[in-house]
Amino acid sequence: MMRRKRKTSEILLGAVTWFAAAVTIGLLLLLVGFILVRGVPHLKPSLFALHYNSDNVSLVPALISTIVIAIVSLVIAVPLGVFAAIYLAEYARRGNRAVAVIRMTTETLSGIPSIVYGLFGGLFFVVFLGWGYSVLAGAATLSIMILPLVMRSAEEALKSVPDTYREGSFGLGAGKLRTVLRIVLPSAVPGILAGVILAVGRIVGETAALIYTAGTVAQIPGSPMQSARTLSVHMYSLSSEGLHTDEGYATAVVLLVVVVLINALSARIAKRLGRRS
Amino acid sequence: MNCFEIKGLNLYYDKFHALKNIDLELESGKITAFIGPSGCGKSTLLKTLNRMNDLVEGCRITGDVRLFGEDIYDDTDVNLLRRRVGMVFQKPNPFPMSIFDNVAYGPRTHGIKSRFELGEIVESSLRAAAIWDEVKDRLKKPALSLSGGQQQRLCIARALAVSPEVLLMDEPTSALDPISTGKIEELLLTLREKYSIIIVTHNMQQATRISDSTAFFLLGEVIEYDSTETVFAMPRDQRTEDYITGRFG
Repeated sequence: MMRRKRKTSEILLGAVTWFAAAVTIGLLLLLVGFILVRGVPHLKPSLFALHYNSDNVSLVPALISTIVIAIVSLVIAVPLGVFAAIYLAEYARRGNRAVAVIRMTTETLSGIPSIVYGLFGGLFFVVFLGWGYSVLAGAATLSIMILPLVMRSAEEALKSVPDTYREGSFGLGAGKLRTVLRIVLPSAVPGILAGVILAVGRIVGETAALIYTAGTVAQIPGSPMQSARTLSVHMYSLSSEGLHTDEGYATAVVLLVVVVLINALSARIAKRLGRRS
Repeated sequence: MNCFEIKGLNLYYDKFHALKNIDLELESGKITAFIGPSGCGKSTLLKTLNRMNDLVEGCRITGDVRLFGEDIYDDTDVNLLRRRVGMVFQKPNPFPMSIFDNVAYGPRTHGIKSRFELGEIVESSLRAAAIWDEVKDRLKKPALSLSGGQQQRLCIARALAVSPEVLLMDEPTSALDPISTGKIEELLLTLREKYSIIIVTHNMQQATRISDSTAFFLLGEVIEYDSTETVFAMPRDQRTEDYITGRFG
């Protein structure tokens, strides 16, 4: 009797997990399929013209702006985040009050909706510093947004480096700085990279924080002080204007491909770095 | 001549009194074994000798430790001390880089840049650690691809590469199989001519096979310190006898 009861519950649990997995995968396939079906037929050559006008609604300027804004954001946020993480993981003493405060702050920051960052960036960079709607204001805002993510993942990566490496290095008479830069940091690179990839994902997918800061001008930015729209903002504009919904779907297909490419590329980089060590 | 002279050494981890009034004189050019049950302070004392305990928060040390007459806790350059007093750890801990770079890490740390010079040091260190023939054709390969015993000999080579005067070994064979252990013991006997070696071991046979003197530790105190033969054949203290005959520990 007991045996039979367990069996039913096992079957039930199996069914539930199977169902959950099926729904998850099904939803994902549905979403991707829907975008592909609606978008692929509208992938016209005019969509890839170098310059945008309201007839061709080209996505090329947005694609380039996305890459530019992503790179500028990372250039600001990654060094800051990684060095802050090095301080937290390697230099701060255990039980340090400041560390607890920094941890709590970053945790809180990562929970703030991106539109709040947008509002702040709009008031501070665009208005107060007088940068106007610009690539720089957008990237600065995004870099603040991804900073907690980069910092936390870098800190976790540094902490997961075995202490035996540090001991080995100290035992040979290497100082703290050399140990951190030559032994600990290289071992943590794959983990740091994972955080950077997540950050890139957030940048590419961001709209709210950029509308207030980088503006929505569909052009290839000639300088960091010019306005630009990323692919996501571009999509938002197309669909909210309602005139180019089909092109909006085609743009979504491109965005999807870009995200898949980024993931594949970073997976490959991480693998190569992992193999070298 | 003594490599280390320890007088009235006390060590505390926060409130815990881990080493109590240690007085020891360790002879240079010899292998000294530290034996005793787990938690008796032998590894702690070992780490005191190259100030690795500095890295432990809440660790406080009083007393006098001299390396060839110099007080190592008296504003000595810690990095220089650790170059002179090398250390091999319980678990092989090669860095995740190539075999060559592992051995060259120490010399590079201390300012040697010439590729030729580094190559010479790497070869002579690997030879001294009796692993050259096994790795000479794959110096560019990751050190982590080596077997556990090879990794430990690589770590010994890495320690030798900065030409230390003393080698501290914290149970260097406890993670290895008997064959690798045998190789490392043979190696230590050849190294004795050039380096003073202090080894912590749980393996009493190992202590008798390789060491010249033995110190027996219990609860943070040195109970007995004498030539290995004397300690194992005619221990003066009842507790030493109980331990080496396997009655506790």
